[in-house]
Amino acid sequence: MQSAAAIADVFRAERSRVLATTIRVCNGDFELAEEAVQDAFTAALSRWPAEGIPDEPRGWLVQVARHKAIDQVRRRVKLRELVAAEAAEPADGAQDPAARVVTDDRLRLMFTCCHPALAAEAQVALTLRTLGGLTTEEIARAFLTSPVTMAQRLVRAKTKIRDARIPYKVPEPSELAPRTDAVTSVIYLIFNEGYAATAGDEWLRKDLCREAIRLGRLLVELVGASDIGAEPRGLLALMLLHDARRDTRTDDHGDLVLLEDQDRSRWDHAQIAEALELVPGALRGGGGPYALEAAVAALHCSAARAADTDWAQIAALYSERLRRRPSSIVELNRAVAVAMAEGPAAGLALVEPLRDELAEYHLWHATRADLLRRLGRTKEAATAYRAALARVGSDPERRFLERRLRALS
Amino acid sequence: MQYLLLIYDDEKKWAALPAAEVGTLIADYNKFTADIKASGHLLVANRLQSVTNATTVRVREGKTQLTDGPFAETREQLGGYYLIEAKNLDEATAIAARIPSAKLGSIEVRPLHGM
Repeated sequence: MQSAAAIADVFRAERSRVLATTIRVCNGDFELAEEAVQDAFTAALSRWPAEGIPDEPRGWLVQVARHKAIDQVRRRVKLRELVAAEAAEPADGAQDPAARVVTDDRLRLMFTCCHPALAAEAQVALTLRTLGGLTTEEIARAFLTSPVTMAQRLVRAKTKIRDARIPYKVPEPSELAPRTDAVTSVIYLIFNEGYAATAGDEWLRKDLCREAIRLGRLLVELVGASDIGAEPRGLLALMLLHDARRDTRTDDHGDLVLLEDQDRSRWDHAQIAEALELVPGALRGGGGPYALEAAVAALHCSAARAADTDWAQIAALYSERLRRRPSSIVELNRAVAVAMAEGPAAGLALVEPLRDELAEYHLWHATRADLLRRLGRTKEAATAYRAALARVGSDPERRFLERRLRALS
Repeated sequence: MQYLLLIYDDEKKWAALPAAEVGTLIADYNKFTADIKASGHLLVANRLQSVTNATTVRVREGKTQLTDGPFAETREQLGGYYLIEAKNLDEATAIAARIPSAKLGSIEVRPLHGM
């Protein structure tokens, strides 16, 4: 007997790969592929408990999904295209279903999901749905929109891929640069959703981060050697550095631990070393936003103690990013670095002008509260903490802010 | 798969071009059309007369109403079209990008219904 939990683990681990391959088998028809994969999982749920999990569960699921898709198409009397695709597959693949799962199917899926003919928010949503396996509700929450709107957006995107025939493939070399930018930002959004969780489910979040890192590695492998590869390398380094610290960010009660209080001996130093090797290559040619952000994270991770952190250098890296593209979030980060390097008053002077743009962002209020606290302006700090609390999304952050507020009185 | 490439241009911009540039554009169009004919992509193509010769027709409560001009007044007007055969959207948009007017106005790529 196989436990339901073991089967669920297989589903979680294999879902995006099985889906990516099934979409290819279905000639890029996302709807058809998703239904077929769902059917394959249902079939597995009814057979695996008695028969056991097959040696090649991925191959098994792909094979079943493929047959479900063919059945479905037969029913839809749209047989021709798929039969042609079936005939094109080498016959010997039938003996080894796992061998048929092409390793870069998920990369193909990623490029299709991030196709510029789709609206930007649809690109992100589709990648999270198909590659990240997030539910429509989770994606909606991540993008502050209603599940209904998000569902419509996903359906619309999948319909366009099918009906306008957006190809299911990795782009030609001449198109690779702009298309890679799109994929890079989508991977980062996936990572962020896993890392800076807006809510619940720790294992799912961890999975998302791992998934984003895996996709990042895949992208670096594909374009890493060229000039186009600099930003993917920067992104990968950034994700590795953040992820190396993930277990020390919260204590045993799930409460937030600030960077300066984290147990640095528990950081994943092998992963940090890997990332530090990527940073110089990422910065070559001037350094894009991801490379610069990775350089900031590298400075944090290279400091043996919090007090050793080179805050002046970090502030300079943020200034460099702002020089290229203004962003109030980056300004806020720079203000924090300046506050560390030059004192809270200097930081606060940079935070205040961002009020209009960041009035609804809890971290703006939290940063301001912290600086006011350090300046001894307790009453104003308390008001600012309350404003942050009114806007915070995740529980650990809420508890952290509540502790800070209590500590004031 | 068939795609209709709709060419949107600012007619005033065309009218303001020096004769020599119009000549070059027309030569570019002729070459582009010959190229995609030779490559087997072209099905039909045509240039439209100015929107000043357009008439909009509506039937409301059984009555036919005619109005002078296009349906909507916009900065760019539909000036012509290519109906092409392409294997997917990437191929269609790559062909659209080669239309001389893509540099002046914009090309809307619309997949056709049907097989």
